[in-house]
This record gives sequence, C-alpha cells and structure tokens, in this order.
Amino acid sequence: MIAGPLIRSLDRGATIFLTICAAATILIPALNLLTPESFFLHVPTYLVALFGKYVCYAILALSIDLIWGYCGILSLGHGAFFALGGYAMGMYLMRQIGTRGVYADPIRPDFMVFLNWPELPVYWYGFNYFAYAAVMILLVPGLLAFVFGWFAFRSRVTGVYLSIITQAMTFALTLAFFRNNFGFGGNNGLTDFKDILGFNVQAQATRASLFAASVIALAICFVICRAVVTSKFGKVLVAIRDAESRTRFLGYRVESYKLFVFTLSACMAGVAGALYVPQVGIINPSEFAPANSIEAVIWVAVGGRGTLTGAVLGAILVNYAKTTFTSGMLAPYWLFMLGAMFVLVTLFLPRGIIGTWRHWNAERQAKLSAAREDGAAVGEPTARPAE
Amino acid sequence: MKRWVLAGTDYVYPRTTNKILEAYLLSKGVAKEDIMINYAPFGHSDWQTIVSDIKKFGSAGKKTAVVSTINGDANVPFYKELGNQGVSAKDIPVVAFSVGEEELAGLDTKPLLGHLAAWNYFQSISDPLNKEYIAKWQAFTKNPKRTFNDPMEAHVIGFAMWVKAVEKAKSVDPDKVIDALPGIEAPNLTGGISKMLPNHHITKPVFIGEVRADGQFDVVWKTDGLVAGDAWSKELPGSKDLVGDWVTLKCGNYNTVTKKCGGA
Amino acid sequence: MRMIRDRLVACLLALGLMLAALPANAQSFQEGLEKFTTDSFGDTDDGITAVATSGHAQAGPVILALQEGRLAYDPASKRVFIKTASAVIDAATGQPAASVPADLKTVRLNNRVRRSIEAAIGGLNLLSPDAGKRLAAALAVFKSHEAAALPALNTAIGKEGEARIKRALEEARASVLIFKSDAPETDRLDAISTLRARGDQEALALLAGLPADAPANLKKSAQDAITSIQNNLAIWASVQNAWYGLSLGSVLLLAAIGLAITFGVMGVINMAHGEMVMIGAYVTFAVQETIRTYNPGLFDYSLLMAVPLAFLVSGAIGILIERSVIRFLYGRPLETLLATWGISLILQQAVRTMFGPTNREVGNPSWMSGAFEIGQITITYNRLWIIVFTIAVFVGLLALLRLTPIGLQMRAVTQNRSMASSMGIRTSSVDALTFGLGSGIAGIAGVALSQIDNVSPNLGQGYIIDSFLVVVFGGVGNLWGTLVGALSLGIANKFLEPFAGAVLGKIVILVMIILFIQKRPRGLFALKGRAVEA
Repeated sequence: MIAGPLIRSLDRGATIFLTICAAATILIPALNLLTPESFFLHVPTYLVALFGKYVCYAILALSIDLIWGYCGILSLGHGAFFALGGYAMGMYLMRQIGTRGVYADPIRPDFMVFLNWPELPVYWYGFNYFAYAAVMILLVPGLLAFVFGWFAFRSRVTGVYLSIITQAMTFALTLAFFRNNFGFGGNNGLTDFKDILGFNVQAQATRASLFAASVIALAICFVICRAVVTSKFGKVLVAIRDAESRTRFLGYRVESYKLFVFTLSACMAGVAGALYVPQVGIINPSEFAPANSIEAVIWVAVGGRGTLTGAVLGAILVNYAKTTFTSGMLAPYWLFMLGAMFVLVTLFLPRGIIGTWRHWNAERQAKLSAAREDGAAVGEPTARPAE
Repeated sequence: MKRWVLAGTDYVYPRTTNKILEAYLLSKGVAKEDIMINYAPFGHSDWQTIVSDIKKFGSAGKKTAVVSTINGDANVPFYKELGNQGVSAKDIPVVAFSVGEEELAGLDTKPLLGHLAAWNYFQSISDPLNKEYIAKWQAFTKNPKRTFNDPMEAHVIGFAMWVKAVEKAKSVDPDKVIDALPGIEAPNLTGGISKMLPNHHITKPVFIGEVRADGQFDVVWKTDGLVAGDAWSKELPGSKDLVGDWVTLKCGNYNTVTKKCGGA
Repeated sequence: MRMIRDRLVACLLALGLMLAALPANAQSFQEGLEKFTTDSFGDTDDGITAVATSGHAQAGPVILALQEGRLAYDPASKRVFIKTASAVIDAATGQPAASVPADLKTVRLNNRVRRSIEAAIGGLNLLSPDAGKRLAAALAVFKSHEAAALPALNTAIGKEGEARIKRALEEARASVLIFKSDAPETDRLDAISTLRARGDQEALALLAGLPADAPANLKKSAQDAITSIQNNLAIWASVQNAWYGLSLGSVLLLAAIGLAITFGVMGVINMAHGEMVMIGAYVTFAVQETIRTYNPGLFDYSLLMAVPLAFLVSGAIGILIERSVIRFLYGRPLETLLATWGISLILQQAVRTMFGPTNREVGNPSWMSGAFEIGQITITYNRLWIIVFTIAVFVGLLALLRLTPIGLQMRAVTQNRSMASSMGIRTSSVDALTFGLGSGIAGIAGVALSQIDNVSPNLGQGYIIDSFLVVVFGGVGNLWGTLVGALSLGIANKFLEPFAGAVLGKIVILVMIILFIQKRPRGLFALKGRAVEA
C-alpha cells in the first residue's frame, strides 16, 4: 500500500538527493567528531550548527513549496508555524533547566519567577516530557493551520487575499508573543537551554547528533512530499493550482485537498522550527516577524517553485549567501542584494534554478527527439510556474 | 511628588525597573492607587489614549510625575503627543531612563523643555577629557553636530579598563582578563575615576539632567561621589539577599541567607 | 507644594501692600537679586520670593526676564542684568548698564524654579491690565487654592469685566471656599455648585477633598456634584474615544488610500507602498532642512511646500518602478508581491545609506502645535489638521477619478482593458500614471505622518500590514470601502484600548479582521460582476 507511491516517487533526482542526505548525515558529524582540528577536512562545531540551521530552513522551504509550488497557496505566514514548533521545543528545553536557572525554581522557568507568577500556567503542563513536546510540535502548528484553513478555504479566500490574512495572522502572533502576560517570556523568548533528552545542548556530540537528526528529518519530509506530489492526490493539487474553478466543477472538493496539504505543510514547518531551536539556542517573537516568512518564500522562488529539490537548494544557497555577505565589508549592501534577488528572480528566473535547468533539459530533449523524429509535435515543457 | 505613572515598553528592562520602582515607592509610603503602570508595544506610534490617561491621572489634585522606560523609536511620537496635548514639565515632569542625546536628535525639543533624564553621563558636562572625546568623535564621524551619549561613554571606560586588565594579566585570554578586571580603575568622562567592582559592575556618578532647547541636558542634580553598581536590587523580595562576587565567592548570585550559590 | 503656597501668600500680601501704596522694600529686592548670582537652584528660588515680595518697581520685569531666560549675572561683581534684544539693562535700576562685564552667565532654571516663577507672576497679576495675565493668575490661584488669596480674589471679581476671566476667578474663589470651614455655609454651597458647573477632573479632585468635618448637607451636595461630574466625564470619555478613533482612522486611511489605487483599482500588490510613504516623509525632512538653512522664516509653510514635492518624488519613483518591473508582471499577483517586497528592501537600504539609520527631526509648524479644549476633551491641532488633510485628499482623489478625463481612462482600463484599448486609450501609459498617482498619494501621506511618527527608514514597515488590511477589509476596488474600513478599524481600536490595552487591542482587531475576511472574502463593499473572478 505505502510502498507503491514511495517507490514511484523515487526518480533519478530524488535518489541523488537522498544519497546526498545520507552522505551528509554520516560524513559531517564524523568529520567533526572523529578528525583532529588540524585535519584539513575537519568541520568545526560552529559550522555543524550553521549547517544544521540551513537544513532546518530547507525543511521550512520544502513545506512552503508543497503548498505554493504544487497547490498555488502562497502563505506569507509560514514562519508562524515554524516559530510555534520552535516554541513547543523551547518549552520542553526550559522545563529541562530545572533548578539550574538563576532563581533555581524546580518547576517555573526564570522569567515566571521574575514576573511573580505564582504557578506554572496550565498550557505549560506536560512539557517536561519529550514525547508530549514532540506531539505538540506537530499538533499546535497543525491545529492552527487546520482551523485557519478550515475557515479560509471553505469561504474560498484565495490568492492574494489568503496571503494577506496569513500575514495578518503571523503579525498578530508576533504581537501576542511579545506580551509578557502571554507566558512565553516576552521579547526575550526562551533561552539559556541546558539539556535535551539528558544530553548537554552545547556539547559537540549533541550538536553533531542534532545536525544528523535535522538531515534525516529533511529526508523524511522530502520523501513525504514526493509521495504526495507524485500520487493522484498530487495531480489534483496541481490541477487546483492551475485552474481552481475548473477542478471544482469537475467534482473535486477543492477545500478538502487544500486543507489537507496546508495542515501537512504546517506540521512540517513545526518540525523544522523544533529542530532549529536547540541548534541556535534561542526562540523569541522575532521569529514570527512577517518579513521572515516572506524571506522564506524567496528561497523557494530562487531554487525553483514546484521542484522539491529546488526549494532545498534555494534555502541553502540564499542563507549561505546571507551568512557570507552579512559579515564583513559587504554587510551594508546585503539588503540591496536580497532586494535585487527578489526582483531579478521574479523577472528573469520565474522557474528558479532547478526549474530553469529542467526546462532547458526538456527543451534540448525535445529538440533532439524532434530532430530524430523529424518534426514530431513538441510537448509542453514541465514545471510551468503557477498562475 | 505624590502620584507616579510608570510608563514603559513591554519588555524585560521596563518591567524590571518598574518592579523595583514600585517596591521602592510603596516602601516610601506612596499608596498603591497613586501608582499607575502602563505598557505599550515596541514602536508604538499612537499615544493619544495613554497620554490623555496620564493627563487625567495627573490632574486629580496631587503632584504627579512620569517615569518613562519607553524604549527607542516609540519615544518620538510619545514626546510629540505630550507636547501637543500640553503636558508641560511644570505640571507633570517626565523622567526618562532610556532617552539620551542621540534619541533627542530626532525631535524638536522646544516643547519638552524641563523634562528630565537620568544617566551616568551627559554630553554637556564640562570636563576636559569629555571635550576631547567629543571632539574626536565628531571628527571621526565628520559631523560637527553628532551627539555623544552615556552608552558611548560606557564603551570608552570599558575599553580603557580592558586595556589595563590585559596589561595586568599580560594576556588577551578572556578568562584571565576577567580575573584581572576587578579593581581596575579608569577615568570616566565626567571628572571621576571609575572602578571595577568584584560583582563586575563599576562605580559611576549619577546625574539627572533637564532637556534644553538645543537637545542637550542641563545637570540639575548629581550624586556627591561615585555610586557602586548593584548586581541585585535591594528593593525586591526575591533578590535582596543576593550578591554578586566574582573575586572571593566566584558566584554571580550568591544568597547571603542560605549561604549558597545559585539564587533564591 | 507647601513652599509655593507660602510664596503665593507672600505675593498676595505684597499685592495688598502695593495697593496700600506703602514704600517698597528696597533692601529685600537687593538681597533677592544677589541670590540669583550663586548659580544654585535653591538660592534662585529664594531670590524669586524676595524679589516678588519686595514690591519694587523692577520686580515684575526681573521675574519676567528670569522666566524668558534673559536674566544674566556677572559672577565677579554679583550684579544682575536683564538682556533685551537691543541692550543690557541693569536689573537693580532699570537703566541701561553703563559697563557690561565680559562673561555674563544666564541664571539657570529648573522645574521647581519655573513653578515658583509662575506662582509669583500669578500673584503679581490678579489685577493686571492685561486680560491674559489676569486669567493665568486666576488659574494659578485655582491650582493653589490658598485661603489668603480670598480678599484679593473678591476685589478682582468685583472689578472684572470679562465673563471668561470672571468665571475663572469665581472658580478660584470656589476652590478656596470649599476648604474654608469658617466661611458661611451658603457661600460654600455656591462654591460646590460652581465647581459642579466646571465639571472636570480637577473639580472632581477638589470636591473629593472636602474636609471630613464639613456639615452633612454640604457633604451631600458635594456627593451629588461628584456623581454628576462622573457621569458627565463618562460621556466625555466616549466622545474622546470616538475622536481618537477618528484620528487613528484618518491616519490609517491616509496610509491606505494610495494602496486603494494601486492594489484596489489596479490589482497590483505593492509591498513597497510603505516605502513610498517613507519617501514622502523624507522629502518633508529635506524641505525643512533646506528652509532651516536658507530661510527659517518660511518654516510654517514647509509642509505646504513638501506636499507637492512629496507627490512628485514618490509619484516619479512609482512610475519608474511600474515601467521597470511591475509592467512585466501584470496578471501574476504573487510574483508582483515578491518583486515589490524586494524593491521595498532596496528603497529602505538606499534611504538608510543616504540619510543614516537614525530618526531625523521633522518639526511641527506653529499652526500644527498645541491643542484646544472642547468640553472635557483635548483636541490637538496636528491630529485635527491630519483629519482635515485626509478628507481633502480623499475628496480630491474621488473627484480626480470621477470628473477628469484621466480618471475616466483609469477606470475604463481597470474595468475592461481590452475594450478600453480598442477605444483608443493608451493602456500602458494609463497604467504608469495610475501607479504613479497611487504612489504620489502615498508620498503625501508621508508628509502628514512625519508630523506624528518617527522619520526613519522603517517608517513604511509600520504601516504596510495595516494598509493592506484596511483595503481588503473595506473591499478592493472601492474608495468608499477604504474610507469606511479605515474609520471603523480606528474607532474599534480606540474603544478597545482602554479595556484591553494597546497591544491586546491590536491583536483582537487583527483576529477580528481575519474572521471577517473568512466570512466576506471580498470585504465590506464587494465589487459585483465579472471583475470579481478575474
């Protein structure tokens, strides 16, 4: 039952991608932990954490690509799901601090002691168990997406309108989490983590394991997305993207399809956030900022909307560029570059890197076969941009 | 002053300050209903309601002052609204803890004449070392109107102290420099010598300045000598037993009652 | 407080002495002057008392000069001078000084000293020939409600001809009488009704402070008055909320109205809209800076000059953006959104590079400073003018779209592009002009917003989400919808703020809009017909 779509989903590109993932999972931690610092291929710990961060961004990009590239839903609030997953993980990590905080309260995190909260609020219950936190990481973003999508898709809020209200949603959450009364640490957020599952978060081995876990999560998300988009279900999604009304008139319940894929995507974003938090060591309300969500969309656009590998590649490339350019002499020009990237990609590279490459390939193939078959009809190139 | 408005941005620093202030005011016999605490979000720009609340609170017959811990950008619209609604420093003075010369540079200060700010340094303080640094800074930024403020002075002192600590430790290794720091002295720009204490805070004078029409401050009150920085407030029940001492106790939150490191 | 009252008493006594035409106390005047030369606020304070009570002919001018920062002293000779525009006057004699020492220092003021000055001037001025001064003096007595002022007040009330000042004097007398236990009860009852008629927070405070040993019927009357004032104030509080809401709504409308053209009429998702507003604000800054440098006298006209300039600059940048980027993306709204977001980043960084990351000072011209009172609410001029300005922009825009040929073409192109094109309208230049118009209006909004908000590169960011919500909430493609949307959001926000606080109020509004859009995806005033599904 399950094996069918899985095997079908593994074409040449996907196999290459999964091989790279497997290699990264083994090689980078190994080079970090097992080689001496002097070894020329040694990967320093800070780089492991940095790569880990990129991988989490790549998962977020995948989740955006799933709904935008394949179903035409442009969410400008996906950072909210990412941050909610992160907060769920952060709450678990806060509870693990125990008596090692400044105020050494065994139950309440420092900021609650400081703000004179007499006891732990109900919604913090259970977060001392990892399993509970893990469920919440999926459940909270998933539930929000489900409720939000339930209303939005049923009342046929589409296109730009949906983008704007998702943006309003993440903006409202930013403001809410900034409030100290909300019980999530206000603008400082959650930080000063000590342990995850009993291991020290700062330790080299923990960092390497977290990196490996992130890459494995990326691979799993990738396979899930592949399975979704190559199935019959995925074909309907593309149909909705290209002609929503027509699909509806053909008898498909468009809103159910959208709701399922939107919720799935939010859960993936939540996982990305949860893996991100222990690696960067902090989660605060600025992760909800609308600008972050829009930036995540550009990763997908750069890599190639509607191509899963493209989303991953885009996230890693843009963030690598950001790391490079925001440190050093070029820092004042980074926003110019990022801005130009938005403009140039939409104008000249609407298919993104992978999409354009596939398009060229397809055209070349078509030309070759056309030459061979002497004037046979040329098929439509694949991976057309939506809208 | 009989009534107090504590207005701030909703984050940790104002909340801490207001918590300490409230405890202090209550201990000085100010009634609970004579203290109004108000928080606004970051970058808040519509202050109409809050300013008119302050005005109402202040016109109830008792002398009222505002302690503002409003942060950053939100200050400009706040002071503009104060000025326009006619809240003058004579009736309801505003004492700001985080508004300095640099913030006032974005404001027309004429309506703000007489409002106050508390800092450890003001650009207007006349001291030869201060004049020298301001001249250097203005030459460096190529802007003869560029302002100098308290956090900048803190860096001047901090860097001077670091240099001396490095000379003393004969190393730039952070841990060795940290051990060498307590006891190091460096001149501050207001005519005194600041000293690093065992709790990693330094001694500094405290000034209260009044806004002048040119965006600078006139010192209207100052402490007699230098004040030692406390790591933990003496006013709050949770922290009054705590001390920080990195020289003998090697602990940032030593509890003097339970004799243990690690908080309350 | 105590000290000020004492001083006021002293001043009034001095006034009485002056009326009796007794010889002035020249010695106390001279001693007072010397107190000004020690550069200590405490001494200055004492000096004011000494000078004000001296009854010396120079007392008035000296105190006035002190208030205006024109009083100077020579540390060496301990002499005090009054500086005027043309000359330096010896404070002791009132004659131009024969020799002026080189390093005159100005006598410094703080809030305590300023209050003393005000009280002193108040005492000196109850019978001043200048109506404004008499009014100020009456208000000063109302604040201090000192029993010793009563005889002087009675005299002043008897002589006063102007109704407004007379009322202020009577209120001042009432504020004294209410605390005076040996006054006749009928007078005190009258005082309560006078205060009741005043009906504001201060009157409330006075009534609540009625001594506990007052007779029962007095207490009852005061209690009635308090209830009546409180009810009255509650009504005014709603009026005030409505006014603040109107003002916030007009700011939202101003920020959104340009977007109502580019997004609402053209369907272009312009994420750089906020930056057009910001550019308008920086144009205002540049205009003011130029005026400050070359002709400070024109400062009051700076905004009038900035409006057309901001329109042109923002409009030109808008046309540039439309021609170079947006026209290639028509029909692809989501791509437009991303590209314009990129443009907004570039514009912000460009402004940051040119003008620096910190706030720039944009001043209020004199006609936009200050406030006046209607009943129990304070109306600030800048908010009032912004409302007026918003209405003017709205009406102007409506007229442009309805009544002019270019407006007709704009509507034609947006309603049916191909039909308009076949009628001979150059659709692409109409597109550019429409986008330029929307951007230019955003620029004008920037001029107004520079008066109430920070002028920094982030100015636009603060308005972009709100603007989109206003347009979507009101109904895309409908200017009236934008108007109603902005005003209702503003007013709802301001009515929520007193209960929920500024932050929670805003969150509640956002959630309400999200729910509303779920219910009516096309906003309050949805367009009907073919345009909907396009």
